[in-house]
Amino acid sequence: METTLRAIVKNHRESGGNIISLLQDTQEAFGYIPREAVQYFADELGIASSRFYGVATFYAQFRLKPRGKHVVTACCGTACHVKGAERLLNSMKLELKLEGDADMTADGQFTLEKVNCVGACGIAPVVIVDKKVLGKSTADKLVKEIRSIRSASHEKK
Amino acid sequence: MKRNNIEIRVCMGTGGVASGGAEVLEAFRGEVEKAGITATVKERCSVHQVGCRGLCARDVLVDVAVDSERITYQYIKADMVPRIVQEHLLDNRPVSEWRVGEDYDRFHQKQVKVVLADCGRIDPEEIDAYLAVGGYEAARDVLTNWRPEEVIEEIKMSGLRGRGGAGFPTGLKWELARKTPGDTKYIICNADEGDPGAFMDRAVIEGNPHSVIEGMIIGAFAFGSHHGYVYIRAEYPLAVERLKLAIARARERGFLGSGIFGTAFDFDIKIKLGAGAFVCGEETALIASIEGQRGMPRPKPPFPVNRGLWQKPTVINNVETLANIPSIIRRGCGWYAGYGTEKSRGTKVFALTGKIKNPGLIEVPMGITLREIIYDIGGGTDSGKPVKAVQTGGPSGGCIPAGMLDLNVDYESLAKVGSIVGSGGMIVLDEDNCMVNMARYFVQFTQEESCGKCVPCRVGTKRLLETLDRITKGHGREDDITRLEDLAAGIKALSLCGLGQTAPNPVLSTLKYFREEYEAHIIHKKCPAKVCKGLLTYRILEDKCKACGACLRACPSGAITGEKKVPHKIDPAKCVRCGACFEVCKFQSVDRE
Repeated sequence: METTLRAIVKNHRESGGNIISLLQDTQEAFGYIPREAVQYFADELGIASSRFYGVATFYAQFRLKPRGKHVVTACCGTACHVKGAERLLNSMKLELKLEGDADMTADGQFTLEKVNCVGACGIAPVVIVDKKVLGKSTADKLVKEIRSIRSASHEKK
Repeated sequence: MKRNNIEIRVCMGTGGVASGGAEVLEAFRGEVEKAGITATVKERCSVHQVGCRGLCARDVLVDVAVDSERITYQYIKADMVPRIVQEHLLDNRPVSEWRVGEDYDRFHQKQVKVVLADCGRIDPEEIDAYLAVGGYEAARDVLTNWRPEEVIEEIKMSGLRGRGGAGFPTGLKWELARKTPGDTKYIICNADEGDPGAFMDRAVIEGNPHSVIEGMIIGAFAFGSHHGYVYIRAEYPLAVERLKLAIARARERGFLGSGIFGTAFDFDIKIKLGAGAFVCGEETALIASIEGQRGMPRPKPPFPVNRGLWQKPTVINNVETLANIPSIIRRGCGWYAGYGTEKSRGTKVFALTGKIKNPGLIEVPMGITLREIIYDIGGGTDSGKPVKAVQTGGPSGGCIPAGMLDLNVDYESLAKVGSIVGSGGMIVLDEDNCMVNMARYFVQFTQEESCGKCVPCRVGTKRLLETLDRITKGHGREDDITRLEDLAAGIKALSLCGLGQTAPNPVLSTLKYFREEYEAHIIHKKCPAKVCKGLLTYRILEDKCKACGACLRACPSGAITGEKKVPHKIDPAKCVRCGACFEVCKFQSVDRE
């Protein structure tokens, strides 16, 4: 981890970056913002760690927890909302057995996220499964998609 | 042998890619190669990607042009490509059943394309394609032959107003920045399209990124800036990639960097990735974000044109605004001002979505009526049910009822009825959409996106949401409507920035035009559109039930009991009101009210 962090700080100094770009690079490398990374930056750059957390918690992009192996992103933009995004979300929650505010399955296989708008409103409702954009989604299709990913990863084991 | 010019264009906007555009493009390249068309008419057959064609719901859209005869195909998948190549290109018999119909032409008939003129026609990743349609001519001309004041005058005369939402005259903004003393000035292109349900800026950058760069060069020259930023959402990976590529290519050709177009003028552009905060659409918040801080707005004045990024004079223009500039310079302010109404000149791009037959990206002259947009371009509702309302302007806008469809779409007319043009989201709602639920949706959005700096917005939106929540769950109180109105007035008057000042608009406009729907929720505990879960009950109509078991399998909570040949039953105590049974039933035997 430290080598990666050192490289990020080096790049940050050379390109005259800021806290946001530093955190973006960190998330790109680790998939989330680890606590150790913030501590490292704070020590290295002489900036209080609270400033990093202030920025990281302000923007929706940053995550302070790791994500599951597969990421399911449900678009909840207006067009998707009027086309039933909430129903899709509920059926995926049921399929993934996520309760309350939980967003990651117990086995760490899936993370279910909401996003404000992916800008593909013409094919609403939209769900993105592992970067694959599924337009005109239905609960049936999504459950099938999730099950096929799940069985594929079982086979690997 | 006669040699034909063959051009194949495959839509590779986000909609096109999602529907398999990359595979279609690959298939065309492979098939054309195999068929030997490339060999016989080399250099004259090109297969390339283009940006958004507008009608994303019909993707993948493919244009096949043999000489000047162009035929558009819709819903194309990779496995359909061999037949098109064989029949259309080799046998000269277009595949008629895959062609777009008359409605595709009708979709385009009333549109006037300025910003989108070359979107969907040229390959966004090839700078030569942009140059071939006259790209960078305006910038070259301006830098070589014009004085900055003349540029400003031209843009002022065109009547162009900011397309990001507020509608501030662009020429005037540039003039103010020009008059502010200082050696270092910045131009920022705001591509942080945070309005849910809008994707105009994404489509423009994906489809024709060079037009935005050219607009920035002209603006920078007009008010004397040498440094530009594009602040763009990280959620738009394809747009970011194409923009990066376009900037690199422009730099290679000497259109960016030092001494551009062989003049003494220096200008370059950097990209800053937004990290996902709606409030960063506000100018001062956007500036804070580029500086690397939490994107919180500050009181104005001083305005950014006087003191903006790093305390220097800064102009922030929206993507669509900038993309208009090259055409205005090339064709003259008079031509541009010829479109639109007296106070709202030119054209506007809208993202027409929701319950509409032809959802997509459209560009229309200002002043067109909502009816023309919805029926002539959009083809009416997809459900066949009557239009109930049109939502414009996203979380800052309002719902316009169906009775006002003859309203002209321009800044003033929409403001008069309690909505706004905004950045260009236009969502059509039918009778299956609950207006209280819509208001709640937008308030939930603004409440989550409120930066928390000022109390009226932070606490006010929270209280609005709690009240709306209560109403949609069936616990509405009689004085809730007055409470909403009081809260809304307070938030509007006292919030620091545009986010808070406009946040109550969705509530106020629905209260104004659909008050009876609020009353139905509060007094009768009914949701007339049958949307609000807490107000619905489901039951199975025994005489219609075929006991097929579909609902039983679909029910997530085990509330449905029954067996073969015995009509099923729902246990209200176990029912979570998800509506799954209602949706799967093929015999309409599940009733809800």
